[in-house]
Amino acid sequence: MRDVAVLGVGQTKFGELWDRSFREIGIEAGLQALVDAKLSSEDLGGLFLGNMASGALIEQEHIAPLILDYAGLAGRHLPAVRIEGGGASGGLALHQGFLAVASGLYDYVVVGGAEKLTDVADATAAQILSSTADHEWEVVFGATLPALWGLVARRHMHLHGTTREQLARVPVQAHEMGAKNPNAHFRNRITVEQVLHAAPVAEPLGLFDCAPLSDGAAAVVLGPLETARKHTDTPVRIRASEVACDAMALQHRRETTIGEATVAAAQAAFRRARRDPKDVRLAEISDGTSIGALIALEDLGFAERGRAGPEFADGAFALGGRVTVNPSGGLKAQGCPFGAVGVAQVVELVRQLRGEAKERQAPATELALAHDLGGTGATAVVHLLERAG
Amino acid sequence: MDAGIVSYGAYVPRYRITPAEIGRVWGSDGTSVGQGLNVERKSVPAPDEDTITISTEALRTALLRGGIDPQQIGAIYVGSESHPYAVKPTATVVAQAVGATPNLTAADFEFACKAGTAAIQTCLGLVGAGMIRYGVAIGTDTSQGAPGDALEYSASAGGAAFVVGRERVICRVHGTRSYTTDTPDFWRREGQKYPSHSGRFTGEPAYFRHVTECARGMMEISGLEPKDYRHVVFHQPNGKFPQRVGRQLGFSEAQMRYGLVTPRIGNTYSGAALLGLANVLDHAGAGERILVVGYGSGAGSDAFDLETTDALPGFDRNHGRAVQWYLDHGVEIPYAVYAKFRGKIHLAGS
Amino acid sequence: MSIARFWRETPRRYNLGGSKCLTCGTVAFPPRVVCPTCTHHRQSIGKMAPFQLSGEGEVESFTIVHDPAEGFEMQVPYVLALVRTPEGPRLTGQIVDVEPESVAIGLKVHATFRKLREEGKAGVIHYGYKFAPTGEDEPPPPRAPAVAARAEGAVRDRAEA
Repeated sequence: MRDVAVLGVGQTKFGELWDRSFREIGIEAGLQALVDAKLSSEDLGGLFLGNMASGALIEQEHIAPLILDYAGLAGRHLPAVRIEGGGASGGLALHQGFLAVASGLYDYVVVGGAEKLTDVADATAAQILSSTADHEWEVVFGATLPALWGLVARRHMHLHGTTREQLARVPVQAHEMGAKNPNAHFRNRITVEQVLHAAPVAEPLGLFDCAPLSDGAAAVVLGPLETARKHTDTPVRIRASEVACDAMALQHRRETTIGEATVAAAQAAFRRARRDPKDVRLAEISDGTSIGALIALEDLGFAERGRAGPEFADGAFALGGRVTVNPSGGLKAQGCPFGAVGVAQVVELVRQLRGEAKERQAPATELALAHDLGGTGATAVVHLLERAG
Repeated sequence: MDAGIVSYGAYVPRYRITPAEIGRVWGSDGTSVGQGLNVERKSVPAPDEDTITISTEALRTALLRGGIDPQQIGAIYVGSESHPYAVKPTATVVAQAVGATPNLTAADFEFACKAGTAAIQTCLGLVGAGMIRYGVAIGTDTSQGAPGDALEYSASAGGAAFVVGRERVICRVHGTRSYTTDTPDFWRREGQKYPSHSGRFTGEPAYFRHVTECARGMMEISGLEPKDYRHVVFHQPNGKFPQRVGRQLGFSEAQMRYGLVTPRIGNTYSGAALLGLANVLDHAGAGERILVVGYGSGAGSDAFDLETTDALPGFDRNHGRAVQWYLDHGVEIPYAVYAKFRGKIHLAGS
Repeated sequence: MSIARFWRETPRRYNLGGSKCLTCGTVAFPPRVVCPTCTHHRQSIGKMAPFQLSGEGEVESFTIVHDPAEGFEMQVPYVLALVRTPEGPRLTGQIVDVEPESVAIGLKVHATFRKLREEGKAGVIHYGYKFAPTGEDEPPPPRAPAVAARAEGAVRDRAEA
């Protein structure tokens, strides 16, 4: 195993990209990353593409060669692979790219994530997203993704006294950061009052507790750390890339309010990097719902069990807080193109570690964590990134 | 007759609407319409309830009360004029849902409001002939009157299931007889959502003639007079008809007391006479004689000469809900909710 | 959802047929071929016996859904709950015959048989379990004890074999 570094990053705007097709956004992000990495396409070894549901969303499967083709690389006959793991598809693609380079079999790869959600009606998109939960034993009985998270939220409130107002602080902070991110789907600030009075989706969760349906793509170029300096002044080393899975259905998990997959992936990542949650001052986490963000903070070890609500409300996870969480605006404000999310998180963290995040720049730090989640937690991916000296 | 009733169960949906509320929407004096019909309120099924679910709940109660192994059921017949499918049996779903499949026969019956009593007769025949151990007869409906039509004030939802067998009989069947003619008083053509009726023609030549003739014929066979019966149950399309026919035949209010449930839940069509009988059995002791006379438009009557046995007092009625519970409970809803529940509102794309 | 896909699960969706591990005794719903909790999970292969749930349970958490799953549009707002059964498994299902505001964690419920959804106006109708509150002043809810007894007997028989 050799050390792997992120050499370049690219990302489209997230949001309702009515005039842009899936293939357009896919290649834009990838080409940006190649340019950023100063990588000639001759040196490229392959493409790993995270995508959740292109078949259902745009009636197109077999999308990895499609993107390679429209990136002008069909004649190179490179390997291109699509990776699916619900909302964790992007993180999983990154894990596969990491393995490819770390193994020595590939030198340089592009890891992309792309999703086009607005080519179907909202209700159709919501139903497709629900298929990342257990269709036979949850969705058939009336469950949706927000409904399942509503069950988690109610239980967390019951067990730990988490309040509706504390939950509301999560999207308020997300929009605060989104306002500073030119790529964000939402750049407007919102108030706790607005969150509390938004249309209910799956009580106790309302419209602002849930991430939007966004289009978007993100990409990174990975390569061996040993030659990283040829491509960038500020290579970012992947210190750990860990995946863990759990029961598919919420009802089959041991705990409703603990994401054991996230706990397992995070513990493995910290062990591998010989680090500790306390060493992390910067993170991009999965905040598909407000409650999902609080649970993730507890699972990752950033907050004690049951304490994420009050600590979030106290600003512990705001820009410059104990851990700066989701400076990009997260899934809630930067946007939630499912397969792109896990890659976009790393794009943001690399820009932060390089000190290129402008208005939303977190205090200088060496280590950052990315957390990507599929469904209600059946797949979790944790990456630890470190600015290479 | 060896075969008799060995168990029974009832089910009525939770929601109710009053004639006053219905009249409010159509500019009628619903209160006086309700008084004229002797219907205080009618039951309304939730949007996820239909003849299949109601029948299943009623039969599950019956099996539990009787301690009956569903695998010993040889036949299930569901009588209804509101089967969810025009083609595909209600009875197969019910059979599967109570664990009675696959070694049994099953079919749906339709004879307006008397399909349930017809099913009982069929089961009596099969059990009596020794062809099956237990036969299940269910009468259930989720009937609809056309919006604004007189029927809308009474057409409701509910059902009852009766298990017919020869062992541990709680209600003996001394005899049954029917009276059938071609009388077009009420019908629904294929593909039509709501039924049609012939107005006042549904009265004398239809309901009253058939019920009266059938009841008299039954008593002639049994050699009994009205005073010999402790209880009488008539089909009850409203609260008025059964009272009138009962008086005409010489029955008292006391004899009709438990058998009349329509004033509190509306006309459950195929379920109506059976829910009346279930209510009688809920209250009866051993050795009580019961006359049941069903009626179905089109038209026909089925009568039963019944007598409760010594097994009834010890019968485990402590499962499921008694009919009285349904008469006493219920949540009233406004017409708008009723219209939503009954599928009278069409969603985009539907 | 295709007809066959729903149909093949009807024994579970209609009658709550689960499985029981003859090695560790854990009950699973829906039935499993491998025990999800056995420490040496391979030992459980071939030792999972049918097991009938009673249909009783308690609300562990719930949500009031306003943005429905496909096919549930007419039922909005509806209550969806995680129900803990006394046999162990948790089930996801609607709570019906209740005012949403009166549902609480700890509410005692029992399984009912309801329509889940229709495949449009011309398609098949899917039925299955939902849950309704079990009132304290009410008699026990209907269920099928004979089925349960037989299934438990089957487990015993196999365990003794």
